[in-house]
Parts: sequence; structure tokens; C-alpha cells
Amino acid sequence: MTSQAPQAPAVEASADGDMVLQIQDLKKHFGVSSGFLFARSKGSLKAVDGVSYDIERGETVALVGESGCGKTTTARCILLLEKPTAGHILYRGDDVVTMKRDVLAEYRKGVSAVFQDPWSSLNPRMKIRDIIGEPMAINWDISREQRKERVGQLLNDVGLHAYQMELFPHEFSGGQRQRLAVARSLALDPDLIVLDEPVSGLDVSIRAQIMNMLKDLQEQYKVSYLLIAHDLGTVRYMAHKVAVMYLGKIVEHGHASGATGVFEETLHPYTKALISAALPSHPDIVREEIVLRGEVPSPVNPPSGCHFHPRCPWVMDVCSQVEPERKEWRPGHSVACHLYDPDHMATPIEDLDQAPRVY
Amino acid sequence: MADNGDKKFGEVVLSVKDLRTYFYTRWGVTKAVDGVSFDLRKGETLGLVGESGCGKSVTVLSLMRLVPIPPGRHVSGEVILDGQDIMELSDGEMSNIRGRKISMILQDPMTALNPVFNVENQLGEPIRIHQHLRGKALWDMAIDALKRVRIPAPEVRIKDYPHQLSGGMRQRVVGAVSISCNPLVLVADEPTTSLDVTIQAQYLRLLKDLQEQAGLAIIFITHDFGIVAKNCDRVNVMYAGRTVEEADVRTIFNDPLHPYTQALIGSLPKMEEDVERLYSIEGQPPALYDLPPGCAFAPRCPHAMDKCNEAYPPEFVPGERHGVKCWLLEGTAPLREEAVKV
Repeated sequence: MTSQAPQAPAVEASADGDMVLQIQDLKKHFGVSSGFLFARSKGSLKAVDGVSYDIERGETVALVGESGCGKTTTARCILLLEKPTAGHILYRGDDVVTMKRDVLAEYRKGVSAVFQDPWSSLNPRMKIRDIIGEPMAINWDISREQRKERVGQLLNDVGLHAYQMELFPHEFSGGQRQRLAVARSLALDPDLIVLDEPVSGLDVSIRAQIMNMLKDLQEQYKVSYLLIAHDLGTVRYMAHKVAVMYLGKIVEHGHASGATGVFEETLHPYTKALISAALPSHPDIVREEIVLRGEVPSPVNPPSGCHFHPRCPWVMDVCSQVEPERKEWRPGHSVACHLYDPDHMATPIEDLDQAPRVY
Repeated sequence: MADNGDKKFGEVVLSVKDLRTYFYTRWGVTKAVDGVSFDLRKGETLGLVGESGCGKSVTVLSLMRLVPIPPGRHVSGEVILDGQDIMELSDGEMSNIRGRKISMILQDPMTALNPVFNVENQLGEPIRIHQHLRGKALWDMAIDALKRVRIPAPEVRIKDYPHQLSGGMRQRVVGAVSISCNPLVLVADEPTTSLDVTIQAQYLRLLKDLQEQAGLAIIFITHDFGIVAKNCDRVNVMYAGRTVEEADVRTIFNDPLHPYTQALIGSLPKMEEDVERLYSIEGQPPALYDLPPGCAFAPRCPHAMDKCNEAYPPEFVPGERHGVKCWLLEGTAPLREEAVKV
């Protein structure tokens, strides 16, 4: 274990470290019916298979990984769109998974979402005033005038104009609609907003506008974001922390920026491969791409031990037998890999370059 | 240094000169493409970049003569492919060229294959139609295409149906279909939207491979500057139907001269380094039926002058194979007409 003090990441985390959400060993398994009587092994798709992380006030945590890694399912569990199979989601200390309906109502006000597609996320038959006002009409006991005033203020917050509340969604462009979706998500002054690919459906010049707006709003309201994004540049710009997922598990978790961040000091072989495959941001950047053998296995039948072992370029014997625990390697940076684990390695490595490659 | 590095390119295979394609509707004229020019050499990859509504897709449809006419109309401009102006060809003659000399690779490689036909059938179709081959000759050509995209055991795989192939294989088969007739130019329209990072990387490598094998010239239509940085040699930036800047890829990233290009490059987040604040331009791209007089970018341009609102700028040539349509260059760079042709 290294004793070097980490450099402060470029994106400052929240000052008070106040906890908004704690996800503990979250699991979501979908039953798979095969038409036969189940034998000893149950057919179940382990979409999320033991995921743990925290989200602090005013902080952005990003989930990255390819299709099928479980990032969307995790977000859906947090939004109560899926019922977790096991684990805990602690909101202000109370477990959302076992919460009673009346307490859940508080949680629903505290967590909202912005989705990827700005074209289908706003009801085309409602005026903006009602789209943004609806959550308030349902949950808050304020007058129509007060509601209207707040809608106007939210529209200003997202860079639009109060008079636009009389318009319908089709009168706005894609980027503007995403702003409206953000305004709606802010209506009840939430603690956490789940951003599911918030800018990937937008034009390049608009993305920066929206990302800057989201960062400014975070600064202003100290709202936390759970960001799902496949573009690693977006993740580095927007997030404080990043969790890399593979087949339902978090393989690496650390800072999104700075010299000690996951992008600079990449620990897990999968993260390394993912980063190596990312497109460069400049033609002179040439990355040696780590081409993984095989394809992503089915989450119904994940490989034994470390789920990544059949494809890992640094695989060892123990990897197919024992599942690695995610352990802290440096304050704020953890990894689930035997290469770094003193319990399984006589000399744990500091860097993937120190480990021999199998292919 | 604005040059193409150590890559050598062959002769010009495609030359587009001041292409204009308008759509005539009862609400007015939409000038979807209103002055696009570029030269494409053998072995070269051009990135046609721009945002929604800039006209890049219509440009490419125009090159393939796939624009519905009416309401579209090819108003002016030349498209010289392999020495022939394809705008002058009859439909029948163009049908012969399409798929054979200039081919298009479909947008979503994962779903572009017809699920009810096997590989042999889908791969064989363009060969049968364009090369008029049958029987063994057809078979050999199809197998050859599969080998070129590095599909293992092609003689076996050729009988498979798309659902029997993995995602990566399907990608390759789609690639094989588009190069089966050995085109001179391959057009790839946003080929990697919605693909995972590793699949995308595989796909781009495949295209580069194909290019190296046969000196294929590729046009990438994209808004993803990562693709531009990785695979493109030259970049043609479009805004509101026109090319606003054209240069080699390094110049576009290091020293763009058009304010729109500068804004685009400045607004890109980077995985490789921390960015304090992304540059963002106000407003959004204009609707093509409602363009302002003068330069279409002027309303959003931080350097706009009075002149910009009055007349559309001509093309200035500040460097070798570097064109910029912006009044800011007046006086410091020669006009296209005055510049010595490369």
C-alpha cells in the first residue's frame, strides 16, 4: 500500500461531506424462466450483483461501463423503478428498500431524474408551466401563484425565460428541452438528480452549454448528481467520483479528475482496456489499444471467481477461483482485483505495468 | 505543421465543387447544401463534421444521387468521381456507379443486416448486380470480401444468418457488403452512434484496415470529434449548409481559424486532462429555411462585425489546402480564386 499523499482533484468535492445516499451491497436479479424445472442452479440474470458506493451532498458520482454492466439498473433501483433483490439504499439514514409508503413519499421528492432523450421525456400535451409545476402541485401545499412564480424562477435558472412557461414542448429545440427537463427535476429542490446520458442526444455545441449549466446549478443548490455517461470526457469534466462497472459489479472506484484520479492512475485491467479504447481528444494522442479477447459474457451465467477473468490480459490462477473483494488501495481509490490484494499476492503491484501479461 | 504527417495519398478520386442542393416546398426554399467543396484522394479519410441541420447528410445523399427529386433539386455544382461528373449521369448510369464506385456503409452495423437472408445472399446481391457475376465467380468474390474483413472460416460463416453471428461479426459482414465491389469511395454516415466504446474501436480499426488494403477513400459523416481525431486526415466543417472551414486534421485541432470551428474545438471535454471550464457558444444552429442575411454564424459569433451581417464571406486560403469562409481573414489571406491551386 502506498503512503504517498494524493493530490487534490481538480473538481472540488462538497465541503461538508454530508451524505445524501449510501448504496450498500445492492443486488438486482431478474428471474429467467427456461421452461424446465430449475435444477440446482437458479436461472437468474444478475444485473446488479453487490454494488456499494456513497453519494455526498453537492457531489457528482458517475457510473461507467458498457452495455449490460448494470449501471442503468442501479439507477432504476435508486429511482424506485425496480425493486432491489437485496441490499440497502440509505437516504438520510433510512433504508429505502424496506421503507413504508409514507416515508417513501419523502424520498420520491428528494430524488428526481433527467433522461437521455429530450424528445420523448416531456408530455407534448402539457404546457411547460404544468410540466414543471406538476410535481409541486402534487407534493407541496402552495398557491397557484406561488407555483407560477417558482416555475418562472426555475426557467431562469436553466437559462430560459419565464414567459416560455405558456409554450408547449414542441416549440423548443433539443437543447432547450433538456433544459426544461432539468428545470422539472429541480422543482422539488431535490437532494439527488439521476442524469442518464443527459447530453449524448444533443449537438456538440449544445453539450457544453448544458454541462456548464448543470455544474453551475450544482454549485448554486448543492444538489448531487448520479451521472450515467459513456463518454469518458464528459465524466471527467462533470464528476467528482467515478465507479467503473462490469457485469453487475464495481471493479474500480475513485476520483474522476486529478493526478490520482482513475483516468491517470488506472488500476483495474478492465478500466485500463476501456480507457485504451476511448477515442482521443486530439489527433496526436495515440493510445495503445488493449484488445480484450472474447465478448462480454451473459449476466445469467457469469464466469466463476472474478467475472472478468476469461478476458483479462493479466489473469492469474487465483482469478478463476476466488472472487476479488473491492479494497481500498489509496484513500479515495478502491479496486476489486487480486493483483493489488496483499491477501492473494506476495508482492501486490503498484501499477499494471509491473504485472506480466498473459496476452 | 499543417501537413498530412508521413502518410502519402494518391490521386484525387472525388472532387466536389460548390455543390448546392435545395428543397422546394410550399413553405419556401430550404437551402440544405449551399456551397460545399472538397477533394478526396485515394487512401485519404475526410471527416464531414457539423451539427444537426448543417447539411452533411444531404451532401452525402447528393453524392450518391439519393436525394428525392422533387422536392429536392441539384441546383449547381460538380461531383467528379473517377473523372466523371456524376451529376450529369442518367438514373440508370448512376445506378451502375452506386455501390460499385461509391458505396455507403449503413448507420447501425448491428441492425443493418436483413434478418431473413443469410450472409451469402446479402453479400452476393451487390456483386450479382454490379459485377454481373454468378456461380463460382460470385462465390469467390464474396469469400474474398469476408476474408478482407477478417472473418474466420468464411466458407462456413457465409451460410449463417445474422442472428447466428456475434455483434462483432455482424459489423464485419456489413463492412464486407459495402466493399464487396471494391469501391473507390466509401461513405460512412455516423457509423458508430450508440455503439459501446470497445465495439466502436473495433469498427474504426476495421475501416482503417480496409482502407490500407485497397487505397480506399473514406468520407466519415460525424459530429464526434473523437472519430475525427482518430481516423480522419482532413476535416470539412459545415454550418447551415456550407463548408465554413476545411483543412488537415491537425490544423483543425491546433489552429482553427473559423470562429465556429474554434468554438466547437473549445467545447469538447477531454478524458486525458482536466478542463476548468468548457467554452460554450450561445444559441443554437439556425433553421435552414430561416437563415439570416450574410454569414449564417454571425448571430452567435463572438467576433461578428457589421460586414458579417451584410454579405456571406467568400473563401479565403490562409494555408496550403486550408480554406476558411470568414471575413476576419480579409486582408490577411488570399481569396480562393487568387490562391495558387495545389
